[in-house]
Amino acid sequence: MKKTKARTCWDLLCTFFKIGLFTFGGGYSMISLIDDECVVKKKWITSDELMNVTIIAESTPGPIAINCATYVGYRQAGILGSVISTIGVVLPSFIIIYIISLFFDNILENKIVASAFKGIKIAVSLLVFTAALRMLKIIPRNKLPLIIMAVTFVAMIAISVFSINFSSIYLILIAGLVGYITFAISRFRKEDKK
Amino acid sequence: MIFIELLLAFLQVGLFSFGGAYGAIPLIQDTVLSHGWLSEDMIKYFIAVAESTPGSIMVNLATYIGSNQGGIFGAVLATISVVIPSFLIILLFVKFSDKIFNKPFIQAILDGIKPCIIGIIFASGITMLYGNLFPSDSISEFDLYALIITVILIAVSVVWQKIKKKSMSPIALIIVSAVLGIVIYGI
Repeated sequence: MKKTKARTCWDLLCTFFKIGLFTFGGGYSMISLIDDECVVKKKWITSDELMNVTIIAESTPGPIAINCATYVGYRQAGILGSVISTIGVVLPSFIIIYIISLFFDNILENKIVASAFKGIKIAVSLLVFTAALRMLKIIPRNKLPLIIMAVTFVAMIAISVFSINFSSIYLILIAGLVGYITFAISRFRKEDKK
Repeated sequence: MIFIELLLAFLQVGLFSFGGAYGAIPLIQDTVLSHGWLSEDMIKYFIAVAESTPGSIMVNLATYIGSNQGGIFGAVLATISVVIPSFLIILLFVKFSDKIFNKPFIQAILDGIKPCIIGIIFASGITMLYGNLFPSDSISEFDLYALIITVILIAVSVVWQKIKKKSMSPIALIIVSAVLGIVIYGI
């Protein structure tokens, strides 16, 4: 039993190191990576759990990367697992950034780095789409979710086009409230019928 | 003492940075400027570096500024400080998640939030794609190379799926895109 836990921890460390190494441009593209590694390949968590962690990650402070790593690690191997996964996901960037801060005055002026990164940025935006499309599969095909999604989409685009200072956390709060109100109404109607 | 300052500053950043890295950037800027750790130009450069290297932008900035202010120990300390709040919050959440998620009204709230999150992610994908194609944020400067790379990447992943019968792993896609970037934008 002890050996299997050590194995699980090693597996968590390697997987999250890999995820940390290939996460560029923030959390959403990372959801695709986690989906591929932890849901499809390792089957550590389900798509639905990943969706819930994403919601929690979006509604709580801190980077999504850390939230996901902590959650999956804890599910697999308790506190130790969560510590190891979190270290795993942070380690690659820590090493890279530390080296850059020591030796490179202007790494972005390096032509190879700059060109590679321009390419990577495009892959990252496509991965963000993949994450959204995969999530779309697990929500019910009703009118209300589709309306909420469309309204949020338009609101977010408007926020970035007009550079309005409005955090997405408020949209999440409103959507949660809408979900709750529909629930309360349907319950009220049921009681009414009785 | 610089280490205590780093600790407190990045705990604060980790604790109050809602809505992902882009929500955290203004907070980090304020914190760093108010401590006089870096000039405004240096922060802009740091942010660009943090965006172009793997890993969460927030954590990268913490490592960079920590290292800049207090060497390796500063880097470790700032990184841990920025990570700890979300780490603890998630631990608390997992402890109670089964109990919480079984409640019907919580399920109802989540059912409202799920499509909202998907909308946010779609919008962020569109914004990022637009930023790639029009790098200086004006319609007049269209980056044809970016469009070519986008089309090639989509084609490659579609073909991969047809041949291998499973979708291309994100890591493979990133490696292909880096190579394409070097080939098309040049060395």
